[in-house]
Order: sequence, then structure tokens, then C-alpha cells
Amino acid sequence: MKANCWVAPNQVAVENVPDPQILNPRDAIVRITSAAICGSDLHLLHGFIPAMKKGDILGHEFMGEVVELGPGARDGLRVGDRVVIPFPIACGNCISCERGLYSLCENSNPNAAVAEAVMGHAPAGIFGYSHLLGGYAGGQAQYARVPFADVGALKIEDDIPDEKVLFLSDILPTGYMAAEMCDIQRGDIVAIWGAGPVGQFATCSAFLLGAERVIVIDRYPYRLRMAREKAGAETINYEETDVMDALRDMTAGRGPDACIDAVGMEAHHPSAALQAYDRGKQALKSETDRPHALREAILSCANGGVVSAIGAYAGFIDKFPMGSFMNRSLTLRSGQCHVQRYMRPLLDRIRKGEIDPSYIITHTLGLDQTPHGYDIFTNKREECVKVVLKP
Amino acid sequence: MGRKSRGHKNTALHIRSMKDPFGIEREAQDRSQAMARFLGWCSLGLGVTTLAARPRVARMCGVDDSPTAQTVLQAAGIRELGHAAALLIPRRRVGWGAWTRVAGDVMDLTACGRAMQTRRGTRRMRLTYTMAALAGITMIDLYTAMRATRGRRMKDGTRVQASVTVNRRVDEVYRFWHDFQNLPRFMHHLESVQVIGDRRSRWTAKAPAGRTVDWEAEIVDDRPNEMIMWRSVDGAKVPNSGCVRFVPAAGGRGTEVRIELGYSVPGGAMTANMAKIFGENPGQQVCDDLRRFKQVIETGEVVRSDGSPHGTAIRQQAKQRPAQPLAMHR
Ligand SMILES: NC(=O)c1ccc[n+]([C@@H]2O[C@H](COP(=O)([O-])OP(=O)(O)OC[C@H]3O[C@@H](n4cnc5c(N)ncnc54)[C@H](O)[C@@H]3O)[C@@H](O)[C@H]2O)c1
Ligand SMILES: [Zn+2]
Ligand SMILES: [Zn+2]
Repeated sequence: MKANCWVAPNQVAVENVPDPQILNPRDAIVRITSAAICGSDLHLLHGFIPAMKKGDILGHEFMGEVVELGPGARDGLRVGDRVVIPFPIACGNCISCERGLYSLCENSNPNAAVAEAVMGHAPAGIFGYSHLLGGYAGGQAQYARVPFADVGALKIEDDIPDEKVLFLSDILPTGYMAAEMCDIQRGDIVAIWGAGPVGQFATCSAFLLGAERVIVIDRYPYRLRMAREKAGAETINYEETDVMDALRDMTAGRGPDACIDAVGMEAHHPSAALQAYDRGKQALKSETDRPHALREAILSCANGGVVSAIGAYAGFIDKFPMGSFMNRSLTLRSGQCHVQRYMRPLLDRIRKGEIDPSYIITHTLGLDQTPHGYDIFTNKREECVKVVLKP
Repeated sequence: MGRKSRGHKNTALHIRSMKDPFGIEREAQDRSQAMARFLGWCSLGLGVTTLAARPRVARMCGVDDSPTAQTVLQAAGIRELGHAAALLIPRRRVGWGAWTRVAGDVMDLTACGRAMQTRRGTRRMRLTYTMAALAGITMIDLYTAMRATRGRRMKDGTRVQASVTVNRRVDEVYRFWHDFQNLPRFMHHLESVQVIGDRRSRWTAKAPAGRTVDWEAEIVDDRPNEMIMWRSVDGAKVPNSGCVRFVPAAGGRGTEVRIELGYSVPGGAMTANMAKIFGENPGQQVCDDLRRFKQVIETGEVVRSDGSPHGTAIRQQAKQRPAQPLAMHR
């Protein structure tokens, strides 16, 4: 089959690789009908996630049709079923899974010992997301093997198009969880750093969960326009305005009640000098992640407020404003999304027409054009917000 | 580095190697490891100095008159950096790293000996001092390497302990373990365990080159839902014993499983056998076993990925395949 593989930092290529096969009783093989490129794939592309190998198949947002089932996955699924696959691989049997913390499944990462050496304890395995998180082949391919398919695949019964349900695999639940972690109360103002796909869905979700106002921060006018026009956000372009001043002004001095970092470890900094400081430290590996948006989110947040860090981090950050955080009674929440927890309720909302997540799709490409998709998505060319691949 | 930080810190399964009654001198091993690390820093300093100030180093050693000496010194400088890496890179056993230094010393001594043959006067004198210093360093390196290697071998046997929490009731866990035929499902060095009597079982372990080794074991203590203790009966090539305890974890968190394995090997002659069957590092192995135990009892299968197609094993985690399907016929 064809698959999009990681070759070296800043290089991916569509290659011919062997077809996947059933390795375990609870596996399913899925023929992929739609897949997407995620902001997390960009961290892999740029080489900021450790333990990548040449030839790793990327992609953790995909859906398709079940073409083969192991003997242990036959209860809930049938060959021919249409399924959306959540990006964290979870067994459904361990205590973390039972508590709904699927991205912390205690069994799905066969390389847990390495992850423990880096992180203290190991999170779940994730499709196409480095050997630290399991060494699983991803879904930017024609076929994928799905472990624990009996709990990990969401069946789509009706003929609702792929475009409306594909993002249940990651970014819609992720944006939703980002907003849910804010513990939104009546009258709350939520500020969101990053107007990428995750920031866009965090915006919709914050409104769904009762936010009074949502303020989105980015530097790409077309992305900010989408947040304004499609989701009703107010926006700040951080290259034109000082973010903290603007937020103080827009909230009459209080600051946003909750702040979401939907940027992650490759934050850009408007001041060339500070951008160079973090980039330099990152290059020397004395700081693995560039946390500018997180720092700003903490400093901007209202006293007693919540900072929801949904953007991805891999290692260590520098100059964490602990004094501000501690003295002002802030709360920090985070996590890889526990996608399985949100899939069904969000599918219901999609069916009822409360959300139509397809509005963020700006490009639909064939699998062969995946490297081009990475290029326009990472360089924000052609007003790219989200690329969907049709293998 | 303190004692606590060594051992199998790289796992949350909480595993610990213990000193056995015959005594691997852990303290001594720790001291020799500290020495090896010190030598690593020396190598780093020496390597950098040699590379940065070659002419001065050449003058000090009394070989500043020859152009080849510059090349030899450059090579020696680069080699020192290699020693430093071998000795200092964390988590790597320093035993072999120390041996690379010994080899380097021999090379240096040979080079000096050659240089001596053609030199007279002050140069010859300086070379003599260099030789004497080198001989001293060689002694220290040799000593360190021997200590580090000796500490590493498990001559007299060893005991390892590990624990894990599984999301199953204590009676289920006890029953699963009590059926020794289940053990090979997660203890990958075992080929099979056959129950041959009330308390007796026959264990078959895989050995290299497709061979097997087997022995009989008997249960010596059995307390339902609490613990099982077993040991090999007389005549086993590698006498071994094991004990597993089960305790309910508070607040419905499943069952805590603690395992302790012992291998009492009387003399050095058996070491090779033991390594063949139980692996170079039984501590690591028991840790992998417990992870797979958790996977099997909770999910019914040993978890596999494309990078680790044979399932959890620390050794395999270091040598990952690319995350793409294996080529095999369907
Ligand atoms: N926690 C999870 O489960 C989860 C799931 C999916 C994605 N993510 C992470 O979420 C993050 C966003 O993903 P995405 O797909 O939206 O990616 P994206 O790259 O499209 O979006 C990131 C946006 O942040 C903006 N940005 C950069 N620096 C900024 C700054 N200093 N201030 C404000 N905005 C800034 C960029 O201009 C860009 O528009 C990534 O880190 C991704 O890895 C996390
Ligand atoms: Zn993603
Ligand atoms: Zn689980």
C-alpha cells in the first residue's frame, strides 16, 4: 500500500510499504477513506518529538471501512462497518481507561519503559506519533491496523459524510476538552492562543459550554477571520497589538477567566530577540519546547482563573512564570485528549446539527500530494487551515 | 551519583536488585563506577586539550620535531573523546568503557616506545616522563576496568524484586498465577510450564540456538489470594526460586502484585548457563514480564506495535523497527 512516511526532519514522502495485518485478537484492519494532517504532525515534521525513525508512517486522524477483524474484535464490529478511529490507543480494561482517561491507557504503549525514562510515567500509545508513544504505524495511508478495535472504533451508522465526522478522531474532541477544562461559568470570558484547527474548535466549544465571550489570538488574518465569522469570536492579531494590553482592555482590567494554549511547543514570538532566544535554546536542546504562548496565557489569566494547555509539549520549558502562577491562585489543566470519552456525545451534536466541523477544511488532496499538504499547512500558504487526504 | 539512582530506575514498575547472601559487592561496584566516571571526565579534558593545543602538547611530550606526531596526537585526542563518551553517557554500563581506555593506553605506550627509539637528549627525557605517567594511568585504568567488569557479572546469583498494580480482583489474579501454565504467556524466556502433580511442575526455558533447558519445581508455600512460593527441586541446572504476593489496592484500585525471584548459583561455572536462560539482566526481564502480565490479565493479549512487533521488551525498545507493517504473507 501507499503511505506517508517520515524521512528526516522537515521531510516526508509517500512510499510503498507492506499492507498491515492482524497481529492480535482484538485488532481490526481499516481501509482508510479520509485522513487529515494535524498540528501535532508538524511537531513531528520539524523534528521536535524525540524517537522518530526513518520510515515511520504518520497520521493519527483517520476513518474508513473495516476490512478484516481479529477473533476478539468481532462482538462489536463487522467487516464493512464505517468507523472513525480515535488517536489514542486504549485497551478499555485498565483503571485509567475505566476512569475515562483513555490517553493514559496503561497497556497500549509497548515502549512504556522508554517513555517512563523521559516522562516519569508513560502515557498511552498513539498512532503515528513516535516510538516513545508506542511505535505504531499511522493513518496517512491506504490501510491501518487498529489495536483494541472493539473499544477504539466509533461506528458511524448513517450516511453522514466523512467530512462531518472525520474530526471526531482528534481535533473536535480536543477543542472540546480544552474548553471543558476551563470549567466555564456564566459570564466567563475565554481567551484562546492559536487559531489553528484546535483553536477554532475550542472556540465553538467554549460557546457551547456557556462562555460569554471568546477572544482568539493569532497572527494570520485569514485564520482570525474564520474564528470571527464561523464561531463568533473577537480576535487579536499579536503582530499588530500587544496581547496583554489588549486583553486587559477588553476585560476592563480583570483578564480572561480562562486561557487556552492551543499553540504548543513551537510558539512564535513577535519580538525577534525573544524568538531567537527560545529557538536557540531549543536548537541546543537546553529547552526542548518554546513556550511563549503558555507564558503569556499564564500572565494574562484573571486571578483565580484556569489555564488549559491543550497545545502539545514534548519535554522541558524555560522561564515558567511560577511566581505569577502561584501568587494568583491559578489552575493549570492539560492532557492529550481522551478522545473516546467525547466521541459519542459529539457525534450526537453533529447529528442534531449543533456543530458542523467541516467548515475548517480548506484543502482536499490525494494521498500522493501529502508532502504538498504538509508544506502549505506548516507555512500557512494558500490560506490553509486544514488538509484532508483521500487515500 | 548516589546508590539510589542506579539499578532499574528506568521503570515505574518499581523494581530493585538486591544484594544476595553470597555478596555481589554492590558498594565496591558503585565505587568503581564512580572512578570510571571520573576517568571519563579526565578523558574529556585531555581530548579537548590535545585537539585544541596540539603543538604545545607535542612539545611537552617531547615529540614536537615530527609532523607525524601531530597526526598521531590528533587521533589520540579524538580517541580520548570516544573514551569520555563511553564512560560518561548516562545509563550505559561503564565496564566496557573503562576497557576502551585500557586499549587506548596500550596504543599510547606503543607510540611513545617507537618515538623513544629515535630521540636523544631533553626530548628523550620528556618522553621518559610521558611514558612513566602513561604507565601509571594504565594501571589505574586496568584496575577500574577490572573492578567495573567484575561487579557487573552475576557470579554468585542474584535476587530481583518487582511490582505492578493490575485492575483485577485479588482472587482472579491469584487463580491466574496459580495456574503455572499461564506463565509462558507473559514470561517470554519460558517455553512451557506443565503441571505434573499436586505441587509439582515441569518448566521448560528457551536457550540459544533453538535448544531448551528444563527443570522441575515445587510449590513450597501456597496461601490462597495471598501468596505463592515455589522453588526448583534438586538437580536443576540453575537452582531458582520465586515468590509472588497479592494485596488488594486500597479504594478499588485492583491488586498489587509483588514478585521476587532468586537464582542461587553456587559457582562461577554456572554463570553462562544462567545468563543464557534468564538473560544478562534478570531485573530487566522480570520487569518486562510484569508489564506483559498486566497486559495479558487486563486485556487478554500482549500488546504489539509495528516498532515492537514482539511486544514489550526493554531490549527491543532500544532497537525499534520503523513504524510500518512487517512484510509477511497474509
Ligand atoms: N492535546 C491534544 O490532545 C492535542 C490534539 C491535537 C493537537 N494538539 C496540539 O494543539 C496545537 C495546535 O494544533 P493545530 O492543529 O491547531 O496546529 P496549527 O499549527 O494549525 O495552529 C497553531 C496556531 O498557533 C499560532 N501561533 C503560533 N505562535 C503563537 C503565539 N505566540 N500566539 C498566538 N498564536 C500563535 C499559529 O500561527 C497557528 O495558527 C499543536 O501543538 C498540536 O500538537 C493537541
Ligand atoms: Zn492531532
Ligand atoms: Zn487501558
